[in-house]
Amino acid sequence: MGKNLLLEHDHVPGIQSYEVYRKHGGYAAVEKALKQLSPEAVVEEVKKSGLRGRGGAGFPTGMKWSFLAKPEGVARYLVCNADESEPGTFKDRYLMERIPHLLVEGMIASSFALGAKSAYIYIRGEYFYVSRILENAIDEAYANGWLGKNILGTGYDLDLYVQVGAGAYICGEETALLESLEGKRGNPRIKPPFPAIAGLYGCPTVVNNVETIAAVVPIVNMGGDEYAKIGIGKSTGTKLISASGHINKPGVYEIELGVPVEEFIYSDEYCGGIKNGKQLKAVVAGGSSVPILPAHLILKTANGEPRLMSYESLADGGFATGTMLGSGGFIVMDEDTSIVKNLWNFSRFYHHESCGQCSPCREGTGWMEKILHRILHGHGKLSDIDLLWDIQGKIEGKTICPLGDAAAWPVAAAIRHFRSEFEEYVKHPEKIKDVQHYYRLNSLSEA
Amino acid sequence: MPKVTIDGHQIEVPDGTTILQAARMIGGPIVPPAMCYYSTLKTSGGYCRTCIVKVSKGSEKDPRPMPKPVASCRTTVMDGMEVQNITSPEVVEARKGVVEFLLLNHPLDCPICDQAGECHLQDLAYEHGMAKTRYEFERRTFEKIDIGGKIKLHMTRCILCYRCVKVADQVTNSRVHGVMNRGDVAEISTYIENVIENDFSGNVIDVCPVGALTDKTFRFQSRIWNVNPMDAHRDCPKCAGKVTLWMKGDVVARVSARKDKYAEVIDWICNECRFEKKELQDWVIEGPTNIERHSVISQNHYTLKEPSHKPVLNAVDAVDSSSTSNSGN
Ligand SMILES: Cc1cc2nc3c(=O)[nH]c(=O)nc-3n(C[C@H](O)[C@H](O)[C@H](O)COP(=O)(O)O)c2cc1C
Ligand code: SF4
Ligand code: SF4
Ligand code: FES
Repeated sequence: MGKNLLLEHDHVPGIQSYEVYRKHGGYAAVEKALKQLSPEAVVEEVKKSGLRGRGGAGFPTGMKWSFLAKPEGVARYLVCNADESEPGTFKDRYLMERIPHLLVEGMIASSFALGAKSAYIYIRGEYFYVSRILENAIDEAYANGWLGKNILGTGYDLDLYVQVGAGAYICGEETALLESLEGKRGNPRIKPPFPAIAGLYGCPTVVNNVETIAAVVPIVNMGGDEYAKIGIGKSTGTKLISASGHINKPGVYEIELGVPVEEFIYSDEYCGGIKNGKQLKAVVAGGSSVPILPAHLILKTANGEPRLMSYESLADGGFATGTMLGSGGFIVMDEDTSIVKNLWNFSRFYHHESCGQCSPCREGTGWMEKILHRILHGHGKLSDIDLLWDIQGKIEGKTICPLGDAAAWPVAAAIRHFRSEFEEYVKHPEKIKDVQHYYRLNSLSEA
Repeated sequence: MPKVTIDGHQIEVPDGTTILQAARMIGGPIVPPAMCYYSTLKTSGGYCRTCIVKVSKGSEKDPRPMPKPVASCRTTVMDGMEVQNITSPEVVEARKGVVEFLLLNHPLDCPICDQAGECHLQDLAYEHGMAKTRYEFERRTFEKIDIGGKIKLHMTRCILCYRCVKVADQVTNSRVHGVMNRGDVAEISTYIENVIENDFSGNVIDVCPVGALTDKTFRFQSRIWNVNPMDAHRDCPKCAGKVTLWMKGDVVARVSARKDKYAEVIDWICNECRFEKKELQDWVIEGPTNIERHSVISQNHYTLKEPSHKPVLNAVDAVDSSSTSNSGN
């Protein structure tokens, strides 16, 4: 079912450069949008395409665009979220690094649709070298008349800027991103108001993921109806999946939504099976925030139907037996993987990345990490498992932004599906390889 | 004017009123506790999550319940909204969780803290928390620092309510302090210990709910229940000059701004009134301060009052009892 819309020209040598990109049909979407379509018509195509946000939440993009307030005499902005910091997710980087002009083209077509005269790409600090690639592409686009004043003689003006973040995961949350873009501390805002009403500098703003904006290019080119034929059900189009972990072929794959998970893991077209002939133990299907699923539940739903790579199928069964497509960070774990250790590592990340505004997330993330650390090193108690369950429940849904949920869900899911493994760590600390670690650390700090 | 029902008490409120404000208009035990909201500071609230409530009906137009608990201090009332606070076991349980989180890294050494007795966190823990902590790890600590000659910052006690930051933003004319770092190592800081030199900087002491910001001219001179609060005023060219004097016999031990029943400052005062005017003859004494809230300062004379509005049983009753007057409080 290989289907390449975004990565169609990925293999073409020199596709990074304007000339090669243009020769392979680049900027046709801008030409079509600006010359043949009205802004409203572009929004309509995106609505018809059924495109859903590729940043994690899967919100229908056309609907998000139509919520954008359009008061007279007030600027509107399009902001591209290129902060990509979710562990396990590296698809946006791949796209920007390999085909930077696709994002630039998508930004122009989308800005036109939204009536934005300034647009921003907010990219994470660690992708500094990618920001250079983008800036180079933007310079080329200006030089060839795709950006600036009076684009293609249509009277449409657009300026596109790249802003580099300073390396905080929280600045990927759209309102924290806007604060950061305004030069402030990257704390998420309290919503409402939503960015569509009051976003960047208080003006109506759309924030979209890199991949979402890139997908606007094929949608404009082929038409929304055609795009909607690709995929399955309400999961239309293609999706970039960044596959990592114990697989033979880690990397970024473009899939048509609806590919069976089993095929994605085992076929040679994609992951190529589990490394070293081992058994599959568990998968985190959509970036570190989404619930982990054990092998039997990731391959088949609780009803015994094959699980597909789509928004609906992955979510089938709710959090009890399902998960989320999320950002497409597909992390595969083989039979030797320690779920406890993996969870501790994730918890450490959320503890480190909490902005600290709201008390449940600020204090709870660190607490969970510390409890997991002690279980991992053979000092846990059976009551710790229930305590973790209680703490995650007191964070989830009680915070300003979804980072609190993102910290709580992995803990809940690991305990839900792998409770016995936690108990094993508590009951048999002698079996843990690294059990001395805790003592070593303690004696070091005393010395 | 939207009507809202909170724990069975209905009230009609002006447009734009938040759930917390509406609850305060009703009064009594149904008022959610608030550790970061501050009536006189714009954009305050939303951080601590102690004021969370359940919205069981969104509005008359859209009666769906809200999926998650909301911060009552930052959620605007809609017509027909129904809210559960103390009548929702979920909310009570979730709030216990929030209190536990707030206390997690708090030193819990109230006997040696200067704020004890007038600390909102003490009151909150007493009224809404659990009797024991389940936290067994080392707590976060910081060195005490001076910010200016008159204010002591002890970050170890801070609950990151952002109130002092909003005071510095909105009350003083130049903010040199804010939040540095993130997560549980975030701290209030004056960028590289810049001194706050501003006529109104002392107000950060009054808004601080805990003992993180204290008045160096009073620190450790007396327990708060051993001084007597008196309302007093003077002609001040910079501020309204309306203060509370905290008297130890005939000595003015401390000057603070006057606070309402939720212990929130009514009028900001200037540093001259607060730090310089420590002689009795500087002031016109009005009389003992009436402290209308739960606190050792009120020496056990305080009882929670019943709400002025009776529970509404049906729509007919609702019309009859929907007085917005607050005189019963
Ligand atoms: C803590 C946190 C981090 C996030 N990081 C990213 C990110 O790196 N990239 C991204 O596109 N969206 C991220 N999001 C989601 C954004 O808030 C927002 O929903 C998204 O950019 C919307 O774009 P879309 O509709 O195109 O998916 C994050 C959300 C949270 C709560
Ligand atoms: S949930 Fe965490 S990251 Fe989000 S605003 Fe609250 S403290 Fe900050
Ligand atoms: S120092 Fe006090 S007022 Fe400032 S954030 Fe901390 S607790 Fe709040
Ligand atoms: S008082 Fe509402 S969140 Fe703190």
